[in-house]
Amino acid sequence: MKILVAVKQVAVLDEDFELRDDSLDADPDFIDHEANEWDDYSYEAALQIMEAHGSGVEVVPMTVGPDEAEDVLRRCLAKGGERAIRVWDDSLEGAGPATVAKIIAAVAKREAADMVFTGTLSSDHSFAMTGVSVAAELGWPHVAVVNYLEYQPGDAKATVRRELEGGLLEKMTVECPAVLTIQLGINQPRYASLRGVKQAKERPVDRLSPPDLGLSEEDIKGAASFRVRRMFKPTRGQAELIEGTVAEQAARLAQIIKDLKGAA
Amino acid sequence: MNGILIIAEHRRGSLNPGTLEAVAGAAALKEAKPQSVAVAVIAKKPDDFVAQVNVAGVDEIIKVAVTADSFQPDVYETAVVSLAEARRPDLILFAHTVDTWGYAPAVAVRGGFGCATDVFAVGYDGDTLVATRAAYREKLHMEVEFPGKQTVVLTLRGGVFKPVEEAGSAAVSSFEIPAVQPHTEHVDYIEPEQTGDVDISQAEFMLSIGRGVGDEDNVEQFKELADIMGYTLGCSRPIADNGWLPKSRQVGQSGKTVTNCKVYVAMGISGSVQHMAGMKHVPDIIAVNKDAEASIFSVAKYGVVGDIFEIAKELRNHF
Repeated sequence: MKILVAVKQVAVLDEDFELRDDSLDADPDFIDHEANEWDDYSYEAALQIMEAHGSGVEVVPMTVGPDEAEDVLRRCLAKGGERAIRVWDDSLEGAGPATVAKIIAAVAKREAADMVFTGTLSSDHSFAMTGVSVAAELGWPHVAVVNYLEYQPGDAKATVRRELEGGLLEKMTVECPAVLTIQLGINQPRYASLRGVKQAKERPVDRLSPPDLGLSEEDIKGAASFRVRRMFKPTRGQAELIEGTVAEQAARLAQIIKDLKGAA
Repeated sequence: MNGILIIAEHRRGSLNPGTLEAVAGAAALKEAKPQSVAVAVIAKKPDDFVAQVNVAGVDEIIKVAVTADSFQPDVYETAVVSLAEARRPDLILFAHTVDTWGYAPAVAVRGGFGCATDVFAVGYDGDTLVATRAAYREKLHMEVEFPGKQTVVLTLRGGVFKPVEEAGSAAVSSFEIPAVQPHTEHVDYIEPEQTGDVDISQAEFMLSIGRGVGDEDNVEQFKELADIMGYTLGCSRPIADNGWLPKSRQVGQSGKTVTNCKVYVAMGISGSVQHMAGMKHVPDIIAVNKDAEASIFSVAKYGVVGDIFEIAKELRNHF
């Protein structure tokens, strides 16, 4: 029984940044990377199933990204799992969620995965499209924004809760195999041990390209669901900043707070 | 042009206001380029919603009766894909909600449609449909287009378009979809826990804390500060997820909207879209955050870029 967990290295813009000359994206010189917060939860959910059921369950993290994106796979392997998969070639530069979903679905088929977990969304562009698109590519049942999961390997159905608006939850069952997009708070993700981090460096990462997955350049081009025309810095509202020493700032804030409360 | 198809959203008998916001979005496009606007109601009893979606600007209401009583992704997907095959709309609009996160992208994949989510502006550049959404945690905006796509799926951010409420005179039709075997089953809804705690949606003055408090042990001092200020303590998601404050104190999309709040003091909250969905309407927002670029400053009236602990400590001397 195999759970494929798709994780992402997200982009974080520096405080001061510039756009590329063509304005199609931010200048990469001003971009840092980190692991997507949601993926800690989806990976933890998979590891907990593996640990509850022993040797019959395999958890495989995968990502779509260049060399440096391998960090997020090592981060996963440091917590558990024996191997990881990274898919990349130049045709994937700038790939959007629909394209990435096509790749993940192809990996799920190749791996004969029994379940696919993704984060509900990624913190950089927040499309919340990838997981459900993977399910559509595979023709699998799917539930998005899962914050509770009851699943035993081999079960025909999983029991989940969807986190709806306003604190309302919905309990559902979903037929398996399924794609679940995992929400923050479903569990308490573990930290990797020092030993785990060391071991993770030795674990194999399969490096695949779209052609390895039977996907042509045309397939990749055709998968995009949009094309970026331009990016720009929005004109935003800006708070009146209170300057001065901490004591002066606090005094002014207190005055504002009292005035507002008095006026209201 | 084959027009705009809006998918009505409802849960437990209530229409989501995002549906009428989408009508407003469609109306703006219709003004730019004359075209028809249809609203599809996918429900066990679509008639229950017909009057509510019959607002100005809607030309047609399409009733799609399904067996499912509540949201079932497979059923809704099949309904929208079948409708799109029959009508070939240029644009399908959804509200950007938890339900549509669960199926709108699948509709786009199944139909081979263009797709963008969480869109807050839409218009035409010549004949080209252009949608605008955020990128890089709202620090940039991106404009996207959909070359070669006959149909485009967009989900619209809530609270951007003003819902159309003026009564309309739409024609009403019915559409039958092929039988579909759902692969999910609704069991029940679970209400937010009734903790006997304060109802923050009623609070007028709030002090909310976020990730910036760093540690559970630091929560108490903000509780005390809120108390001496006479403010109600709230929080953003990470604080509730960690169990440092009860879920009932969480402000935002998956927590509560602070409907009655007049003054909102946000300390150590950077201002995710999900958090701001619950508080950005508050008339007077004050933000304290160490990151000058935090989104919260874009909705705040007053801001302090600084250390929340130092500011909190000093503030106590004034109350």
